Amino acid sequence: MTDIATTDTHGAEAVLPTPSQTVGPFYGYALPIPDGGNIAPVGHPDTVTVHGHVYDGEGNPLPDALVELWGAAPDGSVPTATGSMRRDPASGGFVGRNGLEFTGWGRIQTDADGHWVARTLRPGARGGGAPYLAVCVFARGLLMHLFTRIYLPGDDAALAADPVLSQVEEGRRSTLVAEEQAPATYRFDIRLQGENETVFLEYQ
Amino acid sequence: MALTQHDIDKEIAAERDAYEQRVAGGAPVEHHPDRGYAPYRSSVLRHPKRPPVGIDVTKDPELVELSSPAWGERDITELDNDLTRQHRGEPVGERITVEGRLLDREGRPVRGQLVEIWQANSAGRYAHQREQHDAPLDPNFTGAGRTLTDDHGFYRFTTIQPGPYPWRNHTNAWRPAHIHFSVFGRSFTQRLVTQMYFPNDPLFPYDPILHAVTDQAARDRLVAAYDHNLSVPEFSLGYRWDIVLDGPSATWMEEGR
Ligand SMILES: [Fe+2]
Repeated sequence: MTDIATTDTHGAEAVLPTPSQTVGPFYGYALPIPDGGNIAPVGHPDTVTVHGHVYDGEGNPLPDALVELWGAAPDGSVPTATGSMRRDPASGGFVGRNGLEFTGWGRIQTDADGHWVARTLRPGARGGGAPYLAVCVFARGLLMHLFTRIYLPGDDAALAADPVLSQVEEGRRSTLVAEEQAPATYRFDIRLQGENETVFLEYQ
Repeated sequence: MALTQHDIDKEIAAERDAYEQRVAGGAPVEHHPDRGYAPYRSSVLRHPKRPPVGIDVTKDPELVELSSPAWGERDITELDNDLTRQHRGEPVGERITVEGRLLDREGRPVRGQLVEIWQANSAGRYAHQREQHDAPLDPNFTGAGRTLTDDHGFYRFTTIQPGPYPWRNHTNAWRPAHIHFSVFGRSFTQRLVTQMYFPNDPLFPYDPILHAVTDQAARDRLVAAYDHNLSVPEFSLGYRWDIVLDGPSATWMEEGR
């Protein structure tokens, strides 16, 4: 039954992918990790707070969405440190991050209000684009995760020149740019459907 | 008024017929569910209606999404892949061993990546506060585990055969027995959350979540195979299930882990 081989043996399409399935309602005791949203090393000067709600097509917040963030370090490099969830062999529980190293990855479950919060380091630019945090969203009811990006406002020229943002019709670009609420504090809501639906991305 | 299984069966059949017609008309095979698959009612308000914006990753090999978070020995303990040894006593149920390889679309092993699982106990009950099914909890079974793939891309778990359980999509809705999997690849674009099923489950025809994968061959790839060579004498029954990650990856060349 697990026959993954080959309807087509010509190169890249030789192995067929495992289909996605919804994360369902019961991941909450398995996937969330302590300090999942505290990605920034403690006291780091480049720390930014990014937060928002996840909404459905009727504008109701999702109390059971899971948001994952992945971003470059402030100098634009890809983080290579392990230790996002450190486990404790004595207790069988999580120790959590050590507060020193930057792993670049975080995972946050929305709370009962559909709200998520992350503290991470301001991402640096890579390649020709404006800096951003990559986002992957999971939820009950979502049969396959959704990718999007959080661009931080400030450098209008860089945002205007970004190759992905410039592919997006002008009226929808703002769904990909966080709103600065206070110094180093940004709001980014994710609207799965409906008015101001967030722009989602597909990598090819 | 309440939705019956018969109502859902008709919707599943209509979606399948529409898919088969699309393919017969030259449309590509669909390996993943349509996020708007309505027989699974929770999807209705939770899927985007606008088409996604495509990103051609070959135009920018520097994209951070072409890399992935790193995992190491400190993120895992040796017991994390044995769900039968997380408590003082033995969990109730049939012990099973689940093993397989994590591969990319080229069939290459994906090494050192995080595989997380969660599941119901043998009675079909999750150790989750919001669970409403009144089957018994098992004080010796939580049902969550994790591991890293080895140098050949293999993962392996020891656990308990999960039970099927009812849910409220429609009247008399039952999920076939399954284990939830969350998997990372070499690139963030390869992220996958899915469910593994067991062979010959009589509930397959009735489940709108499984049938959200409208392609029969793709659905079959969600079903593990019983593998007698994986069964451990006097201990557990063996199931083999390989996982193939979709999505582009740029880092095979530099893969040294
Ligand atoms: Fe489940």
